[in-house]
Amino acid sequence: MMGRNAIFMGMLTVLMSFSFTLQAATADEELWSGLKQTYFGDREIHENADDVLVLEAPTRAEDAAIVPIRVKSVQPQTADRYIKNLHIIIDKNPMPYSANFHLSPSLGEVDIATRVRIDQYTDMRAIAEMNDGSLYMVSRFVKASGGCSAPAGKDMEAAMARLGKMQIRMRDADIGEMTQAQVVVSHPNNSGLQFDQQTRGYIPPHYVKEIVIDFADENLITLEAGISISEDPSIRFNFTPKKHGILKAMVSDSKEMTYSMDKQI
Amino acid sequence: MHLLISFITLVVSSFAFASNVQTEGYSVQRVADGIYYHQGSHEEATPENLGAIANVGFIIGEDCVAVIDSGGSFREGKLLHQAIRQQTSLPICYVINTHVHPDHILGNAAFKADHPKFVGHEKLPAALASRQQHFAKQFSQILGDAYQGVEFIDADTLISIDSPQTIDLGSRELLLTAYTTAHTDHDLTVYDVNTSTLWTGDLLFVERIPALDGSINGWINAIDTLANLDTEVVIPGHGPAFKSEDSTGWKNLLRYLSTVREEIRLIINDMGTIEEATASVATQEAEKWKLFEDYHRRNITAAFVELEWE
Repeated sequence: MMGRNAIFMGMLTVLMSFSFTLQAATADEELWSGLKQTYFGDREIHENADDVLVLEAPTRAEDAAIVPIRVKSVQPQTADRYIKNLHIIIDKNPMPYSANFHLSPSLGEVDIATRVRIDQYTDMRAIAEMNDGSLYMVSRFVKASGGCSAPAGKDMEAAMARLGKMQIRMRDADIGEMTQAQVVVSHPNNSGLQFDQQTRGYIPPHYVKEIVIDFADENLITLEAGISISEDPSIRFNFTPKKHGILKAMVSDSKEMTYSMDKQI
Repeated sequence: MHLLISFITLVVSSFAFASNVQTEGYSVQRVADGIYYHQGSHEEATPENLGAIANVGFIIGEDCVAVIDSGGSFREGKLLHQAIRQQTSLPICYVINTHVHPDHILGNAAFKADHPKFVGHEKLPAALASRQQHFAKQFSQILGDAYQGVEFIDADTLISIDSPQTIDLGSRELLLTAYTTAHTDHDLTVYDVNTSTLWTGDLLFVERIPALDGSINGWINAIDTLANLDTEVVIPGHGPAFKSEDSTGWKNLLRYLSTVREEIRLIINDMGTIEEATASVATQEAEKWKLFEDYHRRNITAAFVELEWE
């Protein structure tokens, strides 16, 4: 697990120096081609893959710090062919590589929603990495700005008071029926880009870096995340419980604090 | 509302001063003896309107003057300063900021040379610290030249939530009250004891759609308290001042916030989503507010992420 996070941060470092030299004059396409090279090397990405997945995001976000997005698969998840990873990239965010969802074929379908921060008008991409390693991408342009450096929380005291509090929200599930669940954890998800004038420094980053969701001892979704995810990180997803069992959500953050919650189904 | 303002104007024109005073097209209205305000326009801030979109003004005592909110740009602060000097040469001893939003504080530096005390809620400094860099970047672009001269000045006189304070302008006491999280987490009201005039800051929006940057539950609770205070005249953060017999302003605000809360709770209890809420909640309020499209869905988003922790 440490390895994966090291890679994640390593990619950020590479990218920061990279995007710095590219800045300003370069067109959005060039920015993306740089990002693509950084994250996926020379691998082929099938673009406009509307027959594989759909990305829903508002054209103009109401609140740049809380932009709801949703990704759905067009084809079912089967043991033979399924989306193994879902990569979310927000091109112009300080940390463009925003989320990596590791997905199980047992989800039955992919229908995942979360909330992200958007720092400026940007392309946003969802890239499905299939179990055979092939890559399919859809993208959207989103108008929003200031989400990453915007002031933390409307009521920081209230937010810190409930740090780590979790919810698993779902209706009573029927065995064998597709059901929707939401895992949400109260967490400021400080980006490290919010300046504190009193201490003359940046509020240190403190963000959720992983959410693991298991059902009946089998992993459904593991999210690796960064500072692009909104305060109070939320994952809403569909799955089909084939038997009774425990739905368990485990959260770990950048200060190595962990929180968990489970629910009997 | 217009009738009421006409009524107030009629009443106050019997006083020695003219009720409208203009400086370069920037006018202040007198709502009670020694109390003047400039009514902000129901627009977003632009270079043309100088960011003068919120109600700002001043209260004149026998010894000195208190400014209540300083303007949405340095330029508006200067115009407000000139408007004060049209009325009195008494020193400006206080600049009171009702909360941190740019349309209320960006004029502060225009009063710096008067060496006033800068007054705010005990949580104003933290709110300013976390936002000022963001404001500077955003509003220097939005306002252009009108922004030039803006400085973020830390409040030196802080009001605690549990202990209202009185300041004296010379035979004129102002009661300053700090609230728990409502419109923001640092709202302050000003009450002029002599005339029973309540200056609400953005705890009250009239005509213009309210903007939620604090807590919807907290705001609804605060309205209960505020609407029942013994007042003669109320000056809201946005929209015209009014005589207190008319509770329409409070009722409209309460109806909007209560409707939003009630409908979001239904959606949350039904496992619904933010997207469903922004598409459907309180859309019947659309024709009742100016700038509805600009703020309503953002309010829904803010209220939703609060209410999902109930």
